[in-house]
Amino acid sequence: MIHARIVKRYSSFELNVQLVAEPGVTVLFGASGAGKTLTLDCLAGFVAPNEGRILLDNKILFDAAAKVNFSPQRRNCGYVFQDHALFPHMTVRQNLLFAAERHSRLERHRRVQEMMDRFRIAEFAGSFPGGLSGGQKQRCSIARALVAEPRFLLLDEPARGLDLFLRNELYELVRQVRSEYRIPILVVTHDLAECFALGDTVIVMGAGKILQSGAPGAVYRNPASAGVALMLGIANQFEAEILALDPGRNTSRVRMMGREFAAAYLPGHLLGDQVRLCVPASQLKVVREAGQNCIGARVIRTTEMPDGLRVQFEPELTVEMSRQEFEAHGGQTDWWIEIPAPSLRVTG
Amino acid sequence: MPIDWSPLTLSLRVAACATVISFVLGLGLAYLLANRNFRGRELLDAAITLPLVLPPTVLGYYLLVSLGRAAPVGRFYEAVFGGPLVFTWQAAVLASTVHAIPLLVKSSRAALESVGSEFERAARTLGASEWRLFWHVTVPLARRSIIAATVLAFARSLGDFGTTLMIAGDIPQRTQTASVAIYDAVESGNTALARVLVLVISALTLVIVYAANWLERRKRQ
Repeated sequence: MIHARIVKRYSSFELNVQLVAEPGVTVLFGASGAGKTLTLDCLAGFVAPNEGRILLDNKILFDAAAKVNFSPQRRNCGYVFQDHALFPHMTVRQNLLFAAERHSRLERHRRVQEMMDRFRIAEFAGSFPGGLSGGQKQRCSIARALVAEPRFLLLDEPARGLDLFLRNELYELVRQVRSEYRIPILVVTHDLAECFALGDTVIVMGAGKILQSGAPGAVYRNPASAGVALMLGIANQFEAEILALDPGRNTSRVRMMGREFAAAYLPGHLLGDQVRLCVPASQLKVVREAGQNCIGARVIRTTEMPDGLRVQFEPELTVEMSRQEFEAHGGQTDWWIEIPAPSLRVTG
Repeated sequence: MPIDWSPLTLSLRVAACATVISFVLGLGLAYLLANRNFRGRELLDAAITLPLVLPPTVLGYYLLVSLGRAAPVGRFYEAVFGGPLVFTWQAAVLASTVHAIPLLVKSSRAALESVGSEFERAARTLGASEWRLFWHVTVPLARRSIIAATVLAFARSLGDFGTTLMIAGDIPQRTQTASVAIYDAVESGNTALARVLVLVISALTLVIVYAANWLERRKRQ
């Protein structure tokens, strides 16, 4: 388990994070420049923070106050780099052997062979990395990191530059590593799908800070702020006023877009509070006629998606629907959109 | 007319020795400059570059003053090896080394720094010591540039004139290198010898520079 508190200051950027990574996959999610990779670099020992401490299973790797700073060599950290960083002048086997140096000769070869079998790279053990495909390099790079028996594993945007098929293969690979090694695995990504595909925990980062952390599903259900909701692709956000709250029936009423809507009970808020509510575009429904929680809207623009359409309306609503659904309303300019009561959530 | 080849063989011997010394020293200095952060790093780099731009006679004067029989270093050398350093072929080696080393340090530093830091970071997380990292990752990845720089350094040591003349002198068969011999031959009207030596040196240097370029080009492919 990793406990880290890291403060690193640059002239125009400050990283200030506090995180816990348990065995399993922790995803660091955020836009470029959020400080995700810098966090990894501090954990790996490439960058010394200005303040804070880093503990690995109660062993101190870094402590600014006590002036402890273990070199990367002594941190037992596996790092899988964006561009794999396989040594181009060594064969795949030599790359892995390089990582097994501290074992005896016989043991070294046994370990490397086992790892190559496990990650299906034995067939090109004698090839140089230059001749391998992206997916093969990825497997070699992860295998090489694991040969050194790391106590934690860091992956910096491992899916960058991989096509969809290879991405799924990579996710499978990371899941395999997670089940076979009980170590903390930190994955940096700015891909939302990756958070859900891999993460036991997601840490949402922005501008050098942690905005929210938790299980991906929980974060998605209750984004901590409008910013996090936007990063999670929750397109519909409303300013609302709370008109009624009924914890007994688990309901509430809110006023937004000039109308009254029913919603689930909003814990932690009082009558008359101004709150910001959000709904994912996939949870709004198109209905035939006006009813409860409905609002009339006009189509502004449609965007094709792999499995449907993303339709933007006036007043400002975004709805994802299947093509059939869209065509069923074909030609119509005025639509009725239902905002199901349980789908409305408070952000922040 | 029989041609005295001794200046040429002496030149080759001197250049070979100077190249070996500058390779070892130069790579060490390049490593320091590329990897270590210390005060005066850029000053050291500038000082190492000086021989490249100073007039060879100025360089020769410095060496003569610091290594002469009156200077402490010169006296130390004399005490250890039983004879003075100046006006021996070893002095010519020293002159050539000083002449060649900036080239090696500059190019090697650039080559070492051009090895992606990701490779070095990867090696560190895999537990490699700085020594192993240097010899097994950085140097192999930079080797073409380093070899090319060494070849050029050899060519440069072959061509030193001023510094060699100042501290090794012009003693036929003993310290008279090819470039000094050419000057001598021209001065004494022995144009045939001058011409032969000039042609041999030119051809040799052309081959060496061509080889260095070829190495550099292959690196980029």
